[in-house]
Amino acid sequence: MIQLIAAAEENNPLLPHPAEMVIGGFAFLLVLFFVGKLLVPRIQKTLEERTVAIEGGLKKAADAQEEAQRALAQYKEQLAEARHEASRLREEAREQGAQIKAELREEAQAEARRLIEAAHAQIEADRQQAFAQLRSEIGRLSTDLASRIVGESLEDEARQRRTVDRFLTELESSNAAVR
Amino acid sequence: MLPLLAAEEFQAPGLGLFEWPALVAGQAWFNKPALFALIAALIVLVFAYSAFSNPRLVPRGVQNLGELAYEFVREQVARPFLGKDSDRWMPLLFTMFLFIWIMNLFGSVVFIQFPVMSRIGYPAILAIGVWIMVTYLGMKHQGALGYFKNMMFPPGLPKWMYVLVAPIEFASTFILRHVTHAVRLFATMMAGHLIIALFSEVGWHFLFVQLTPAGAVIGVMGVIMTILLTAFELFIQALQAYVFALLTAMFINGALHAEH
Repeated sequence: MIQLIAAAEENNPLLPHPAEMVIGGFAFLLVLFFVGKLLVPRIQKTLEERTVAIEGGLKKAADAQEEAQRALAQYKEQLAEARHEASRLREEAREQGAQIKAELREEAQAEARRLIEAAHAQIEADRQQAFAQLRSEIGRLSTDLASRIVGESLEDEARQRRTVDRFLTELESSNAAVR
Repeated sequence: MLPLLAAEEFQAPGLGLFEWPALVAGQAWFNKPALFALIAALIVLVFAYSAFSNPRLVPRGVQNLGELAYEFVREQVARPFLGKDSDRWMPLLFTMFLFIWIMNLFGSVVFIQFPVMSRIGYPAILAIGVWIMVTYLGMKHQGALGYFKNMMFPPGLPKWMYVLVAPIEFASTFILRHVTHAVRLFATMMAGHLIIALFSEVGWHFLFVQLTPAGAVIGVMGVIMTILLTAFELFIQALQAYVFALLTAMFINGALHAEH
């Protein structure tokens, strides 16, 4: 035991041996050079790049979102515009339709009027024709009837015409009176 | 039986645990701690190389582990003290943390079972290096005189107080904190190693060398304590590596920026 204490005093554990310090210093400097000088900067660079990449990714995502928002807004605007345009077109079409309808109606009415007028004119003409025909017919019938009743032949053309004219005048005047 | 018992009396392990013979005859410097200091350097090198030699944006395999360690040191050691300057000092702090941790870890690796940092020379050289660097940085950033003035004359005290404060601050900041920087690491590793050695010796002695019914109970206790303390020691090993790097970051920050 005494020997042990003596040995401990000889080798005071608190007194560093120069050899240990040289070895320790050498080992540490060796590691410091290779790890500290060469390897740590690499991982620092990579970590930095990773940060940049992540930040870049986040920024890209944010940009994409913003872009999407912008596109959405644009689409909405376009949609609203299209709706507005459509309603405008519809309105226009309706107006045009109404106009066309009115035009057509007017045309049809004009056509109808024209037809009616034509029909009237035709009727008038027919009536005139019938009237003229009737007039000669009635004249002849009347003279026939008169000659038969009177029993005399009215051969004389002049007389006959006169008689007929007189009769017709009478007839017309009576007719006018009736009208 | 009796004489044998006397001969095999239990002896607690002592400081002899920390004395190592030369591995190669004639080369006194090349002992077990020296060998494992070099192996620790090699392990850190290989690990860092496999993790960071070809880093990818999407990490794979060892790179994940390396990044975990790197980010731990950055967030827990560098950033709290150095803030924006962190990246500049990360090579030193990361190397330091990993190197010390591996050296400590050897204390709990089967068949190695010796924390290299329990030899004062290894923490001492690191602390001395930090001391030189911090003094240089302080003089560079605050001026040779300014560094000592800021150190010894913290503002806001009554004048007569500086008679007391100045020497204390000088001794504390310039010398003692760097001494304790090394001793803290050395002492915790040494004490941890010693106490685990003690309990495993208890287990070995009372269960294998000299098995008696009463001794067996003590032996089992020794084994259980060894297991528990090994778990505790694993924590302490990482903690001390962390503390060493943390204090280094603190010293650097103090040198870069005067406290007020």
